[in-house]
Amino acid sequence: MFRRIGNWKSFWPLLAFFIILLILPPIIPRFYTYIIALMFVTGLFAMSLNMVLGHGGMFQFHHAAFYGVSAYTFALILTKTSLPMWIGFVAGPIMAAAVGLLIGLFCVRLTRLYFGMLQISLGSLIWAIIFRWYNFTGGDDGIHGISMPSILSSLKGSYYFILMILVICLIGIYLIFKSPFGTTLQAIRDNPQRCEAVGINVRRHQLFGIVIATFFAGIAGVLFVVLERSVFPDLLFWVLSLEIFIMCLLGGWFTFLGPLLGAAIIVALRTFVGIFTEYWTLILGVVLILLIFFLPEGVMGYALEKFGSESSKAGERSSK
Amino acid sequence: MLRVEGIDKSFDEFMAVNGADLTVGKGELVAVIGPNGAGKTTLFNLITGQLKPDRGKIVFMEEDVTNLPPYQICKKGIARSFQIVNIFPRLTLFRNVQVAVLSQQRKSNTLFHPAENMVVKETNNILESVGLLDKASNIAGSLSHGDQKILEIAIALGSDPKMIILDEPTAGLSPEETSATMDLIKQLADMQGLTILFCEHDMDVVFNFAQSIMVMHQGRTIIQGKPEEVRKNNEVQQAYLGGE
Repeated sequence: MFRRIGNWKSFWPLLAFFIILLILPPIIPRFYTYIIALMFVTGLFAMSLNMVLGHGGMFQFHHAAFYGVSAYTFALILTKTSLPMWIGFVAGPIMAAAVGLLIGLFCVRLTRLYFGMLQISLGSLIWAIIFRWYNFTGGDDGIHGISMPSILSSLKGSYYFILMILVICLIGIYLIFKSPFGTTLQAIRDNPQRCEAVGINVRRHQLFGIVIATFFAGIAGVLFVVLERSVFPDLLFWVLSLEIFIMCLLGGWFTFLGPLLGAAIIVALRTFVGIFTEYWTLILGVVLILLIFFLPEGVMGYALEKFGSESSKAGERSSK
Repeated sequence: MLRVEGIDKSFDEFMAVNGADLTVGKGELVAVIGPNGAGKTTLFNLITGQLKPDRGKIVFMEEDVTNLPPYQICKKGIARSFQIVNIFPRLTLFRNVQVAVLSQQRKSNTLFHPAENMVVKETNNILESVGLLDKASNIAGSLSHGDQKILEIAIALGSDPKMIILDEPTAGLSPEETSATMDLIKQLADMQGLTILFCEHDMDVVFNFAQSIMVMHQGRTIIQGKPEEVRKNNEVQQAYLGGE
């Protein structure tokens, strides 16, 4: 799937799927429209994590920090200033990328697990600031009832807006994935030492990758506010980072669209299992154990291996 | 072309390299030999920047390259292969070499342009010159050990180097594969005028191919000279060749 730009075989099913998504909102109940839009937002968030996790091989353990920073930036600009919405929309992701650059500067000096540990600490620091700073961020209450321009004020309006941004971002992420930059990032994932020896500045390349990924996480953060009209500190809590991490693993972190699928599955589970039990994380735990034993490549990885094209893993293609 | 002067490197008191000297002239095929643990790989790692020396100087093309990080040394024109196979196992052969070519052409940071259409000719030329073109779309991890060693050399060639350092290019290969690999190396030296520095355990290979041989023992340079001079040297015979 998505193996080649202009690969018509996988283009048509995707287009059909896209059209279905376009005509859904008027015919399904409001609640489902909301859930699907939430899947889009969470899916984009997971895709952005996978740019560094699956394609870059970096243990980005606290990706939610950047998502939350962007959501808060957007929310604060809308509520505290009279600037037009689009400025907030651009400022959110830029702020996320700036924080990504700052945290990344420290993290890329470390490897693997230490990278992840440092990121959890620095990300939690940002969480603590937002959690405590009552008169600016609203503390643990967050900010609610953020008003949107009329075009986004209906659920359908925000659904179409989110879908549009999602598609643009997916195309952008795909182009980056296939670009020399993305190819080099995948090579660093496979063998950083070898990359240094062929003249690649590994740390700078990884840092650049983090900045791009946190920018896309920022876009997801802004879209979350568009959908929910509220922000709260849980958006940058480490538990959310873990959930996103699981989405990538569940969907298949060496595949391109896997994280999107993983996000859809988790959001659906949380919604529909959550109706029956408060302990839906218990179900999540069981799913995770089954996943590790039976689908180590993730759902998408398994599907591609079973039914799909000859190449199921990221970047395994040569040019002809 | 390359001059290493009195270089030292210790790991926790152990002197892995202890005052080694090495000279490589332009277009030469130079071998480093020595028993296991003599410090050959450490010496190579010092030259290519994977390790930082404690003392001494490394000069390449009249330029001091001591203490530069590996990626900058590569940009200066020294490429290398590794003793233990060190490739990108999940990527295709084409991609393995392409990553190096993209880096050499400073295109690694290009965004939004499909990589599959870039530097295709250069990459395929390299694969052809080492005889792996027909396997270009295979996954590197699935190759035989012999082909992976060749791929190592191909990746190094992707950097379009002036000089190439091969750390035991024939380790673990059968006699036939060894002679095929050495023929390839000789051919690269002759056809492309590459300067090659390599280390090797097989004495027949070394004395057949190398124009200059440097002998290391316990981190120290015993002698560097033409094969016949090295063969005659007493100290070398005692330390290494068994003192017959």
